[in-house]
Amino acid sequence: MNQTLFQKLGGEAAVDAAVDIFYRKVLSDDRISGFFDDVDMEKQAAKQKAFLTMAFGGTNNYTGMDLRRGHAHLVKRGLNDSHFDAVVEDLAATLKELNVANEHIAEVAALCETTRKDILGK
Amino acid sequence: MPKLTYNSITYTCPENQTVLDVLHAHDVPVPSSCHSGVCQTCLMQAVKGTPPEAAQKGLKDTLKAQNYFLACCCHPDADLEVALPNSGTARSKATVKSIDRLCNDIVGVSLICEQPLDYKAGQFINLFKDNTLARSYSLASVPAQDNHLELHVRKVPEGRMSSWIHHKLKSGDTVEISLPVGDCFYTPGRPEQSMLLIGTGSGLAPLYGIARDAIAQGHTGPISLYHGSTTVEGLYLMNELRQLAEIHGNFNYIPCVSDEPVTDQSIRDGQVLDVALADNAKLTGSRVFLCGNPNMVKAAKKKTFLIGASMKDIYSDAFVPAN
Repeated sequence: MNQTLFQKLGGEAAVDAAVDIFYRKVLSDDRISGFFDDVDMEKQAAKQKAFLTMAFGGTNNYTGMDLRRGHAHLVKRGLNDSHFDAVVEDLAATLKELNVANEHIAEVAALCETTRKDILGK
Repeated sequence: MPKLTYNSITYTCPENQTVLDVLHAHDVPVPSSCHSGVCQTCLMQAVKGTPPEAAQKGLKDTLKAQNYFLACCCHPDADLEVALPNSGTARSKATVKSIDRLCNDIVGVSLICEQPLDYKAGQFINLFKDNTLARSYSLASVPAQDNHLELHVRKVPEGRMSSWIHHKLKSGDTVEISLPVGDCFYTPGRPEQSMLLIGTGSGLAPLYGIARDAIAQGHTGPISLYHGSTTVEGLYLMNELRQLAEIHGNFNYIPCVSDEPVTDQSIRDGQVLDVALADNAKLTGSRVFLCGNPNMVKAAKKKTFLIGASMKDIYSDAFVPAN
């Protein structure tokens, strides 16, 4: 856990502020919205919150194996680097909207990057 | 494999089967409907052993503490002895006060409870025909205003439950009902917030309750109720809703008809969701309630969220088709 980053970003309150904005961006992003067509929105929002907590450097219980298993069905449907990049981009845009400093946005992006291989099943 | 005992008979539970699967496989009549942990029709109690936590998701704490669980989500990890809920704890008795025709295929059922029922308008109860058949119905009544429970029951083609209610059930009959379930209801606080209510068919029931509850609790922000029907005839409670709008300046009722020409100027032409979204381009800060047809509810959840409603401000109650 990267406690300093999580605190700098504003902790759980920041996650709460970001989750609606971020999820709205993802659902409106034609590059990736197709992956979310059949999901239950409440359950998905809870997952987005867990993801943001992780990306913000907060406590999370994800293991690489969880991420692999959780995304395997999407990889089968064609999930690839371009989609991963789109999600990271939407997250950066969300943080910008919330006036987060560029250096912290870069740190969040770097944390996301550590999950790329597991998520894409490489 | 864990053992499951019901009515003094013991069954083995294969790993991939739920308690409901096992009991149904042996022709044990347990009422069930959605088979996905939502409707709580298959509520049972573990009289020996502890049900897994996953089988208690969404239950009230009081029921959890008494080892109630949902049979459709219960994969036992240890031996269990189970029973159907007792009358009095998880179920209660009610008397049919009246059954009134609201439109061609919907009746209003008024029930008087033996014990006062602590509920919120917009929640639902399960109504039991007998020990094997039950369905969920939303509450259109408001506890502070109505001394009875009111349900709106649509006649489902070949529906066993709704046929019984429409054709057999009569005033004076006694029925069993569950405790109220669900989180689609009005909560006080932020009385100035705009409220958007969208429903189709008998999905009006919870919305009618929620709107009147909000007004009674002193909600001051605009409350817009959009009710959609395929036909003009299906727009029931029109007079009551128009009257409500006349008395309360912040309440607005917008009936919509999708499948036949409309001559009445006060009725809008089109799908209820389209009409509601045409009137409301932005929903930032609004509270949204969606009830009725599952496809409409699903589309509406996404669309209202995308135009600004916060996820925590979107409440919904889709009809869960019986399985």
